[in-house]
Amino acid sequence: MAQAFVRTLLGRSDYAIISEIVEPNTKILDLGCGEGELLAWLAEHKHVDARGVEISGPKVQQAIARGVSVFHSDIEEALADLPDQAFDYVILSQTLQESRAPLKVLSEMLRVGRRAIVAFPNFGHWTVRLAHLFTGRAPKTRLFPHDWYDSPNIHFLTVHDFEALVRSQKWNIEKRIFLQGARQISFLPNLLSEVAVFLVTK
Amino acid sequence: MITETQLARFDSIPLDGGMTLEPVQVAYETYGELNAAKSNAILILHAFSGDAHAAGTDQESGGLGWWDNMIGPGKGFDTDKYFVICSNVLSGCRGTSGPSSVNPATGCPYGMTFPPVTIPDMVRLQKMLVNHLGIQRLLAVSGGSMGAMQALEWAVAYPESVAAAIPIAGTARHSPQQIAFNEVGRQAIMADPDWNEGNYYGKRPPARGLAVARMVGHITYMSDQSMREKFGRRLHDQNQFEVESYLRYRGSQFVDRFDANSYLYITKAMDYYDLTAERNSLSSAFENVKSRFLVISFTSDWLYPSYQSLEIVRALRGRNCDVAYCELPSNYGHDAFLVTVAEQAELVRGFLASTFRERA
Repeated sequence: MAQAFVRTLLGRSDYAIISEIVEPNTKILDLGCGEGELLAWLAEHKHVDARGVEISGPKVQQAIARGVSVFHSDIEEALADLPDQAFDYVILSQTLQESRAPLKVLSEMLRVGRRAIVAFPNFGHWTVRLAHLFTGRAPKTRLFPHDWYDSPNIHFLTVHDFEALVRSQKWNIEKRIFLQGARQISFLPNLLSEVAVFLVTK
Repeated sequence: MITETQLARFDSIPLDGGMTLEPVQVAYETYGELNAAKSNAILILHAFSGDAHAAGTDQESGGLGWWDNMIGPGKGFDTDKYFVICSNVLSGCRGTSGPSSVNPATGCPYGMTFPPVTIPDMVRLQKMLVNHLGIQRLLAVSGGSMGAMQALEWAVAYPESVAAAIPIAGTARHSPQQIAFNEVGRQAIMADPDWNEGNYYGKRPPARGLAVARMVGHITYMSDQSMREKFGRRLHDQNQFEVESYLRYRGSQFVDRFDANSYLYITKAMDYYDLTAERNSLSSAFENVKSRFLVISFTSDWLYPSYQSLEIVRALRGRNCDVAYCELPSNYGHDAFLVTVAEQAELVRGFLASTFRERA
């Protein structure tokens, strides 16, 4: 199911996982929703009330033209407008590592939403560790293809880092899913997973 | 698409000022077909100097509608799918009752005895027209500038009757700068001796004052960049710059189609409009809204800057309303909503399609 979804629809394994987590007929906010592909899919297949936030003007235009209600804004400012517990799920997919203030964003997600779904690239993956060890330079791998000076990523977190943060805030991890390519794994996730998806509650 | 302006007449309309206007007539046009469920109707709301002729070619004059690039078969407001209505506002001068209409009690034009009119009064007359056309609930209301004010008013005053609102380049209340520009226009008209306290019908109208008012207006509708690109410092002839010639032309052209007293009434209605008046906040104005919203602003619009659209969007989001917002890039200033239509049409098309799918 997940593999078919990845191949045929959006080419993203974390989207497949997110689409399985989200229950039908719920209210969803996707932060950094891009052109609204995931939201449009969830609206069509899971009949969710889908909203998004996106900073890139051309992407906002694409998303609205797709019929998705997207707010053209910075994520932190967009969250500040919203009332408490307004959404069933707040999604942050592959954006945490780009956020200026990750803890603030996560706290706000759990204020405006009952549940947060967070997907991020795992900097603890063995290829990243090896690249750093052997080249002595900022890693350039399949996961982190950018040179250090033009990378959108400003935080390099691992699975362990994220779990430690959740523990320190006394939040709960309801689900954790680790991906190596489009395959789900459970063995040594901090070493072997490229992408981690967490379902977090307060 | 050949179009014709039609008239609807009603016995009376109650006004916010406490007076009743009787009778009242409204000029309107329609495009496309109303479906059997009457669920595909869209009301277009014109800006300050617009009229009911929003799209197509007028049967008599041959003139093209003011938003023809947005309304028609396959366009943003697709008349193959939707039934589109546009009417001239109350106190206007393009077929709807206004200061230039004849007062049945005196047999003379109202002039300044026409009762003061507000934006909610204009919307009330539009609601009467929509009821008259047998439509309970509009799929959408949309307009730019003053049309955006009316779109907001529709969502607030008639929450059950609007599935979606698309206010473009608008505001929930005029800033002092916007009021100031309108006041310059009004003073130019009233300083013209031909204005004669509004009693000029059948005589020489205050053409010089009205033309100056329009010239000021046109400056505020453009941007520094669009004026530099359009005119530069080019000379029209030995005595005047291209930009001077353009403004004079637009001013004199306006006099032929617009009534000076309507200018006074409509600008006052815009200036007095304030969704936050007698409420604690803009958020409380939106307490009962049920529509979804698409709000659009333009980067170079300094007359209705994006912060005014954002104020609306923030208040709606604070109420957890369904709202899409996009600031479109454009160099055309406030005129962008009439000119920068390719991107705007894409937003409107997608938004209307999902509204029709989910809410019609």
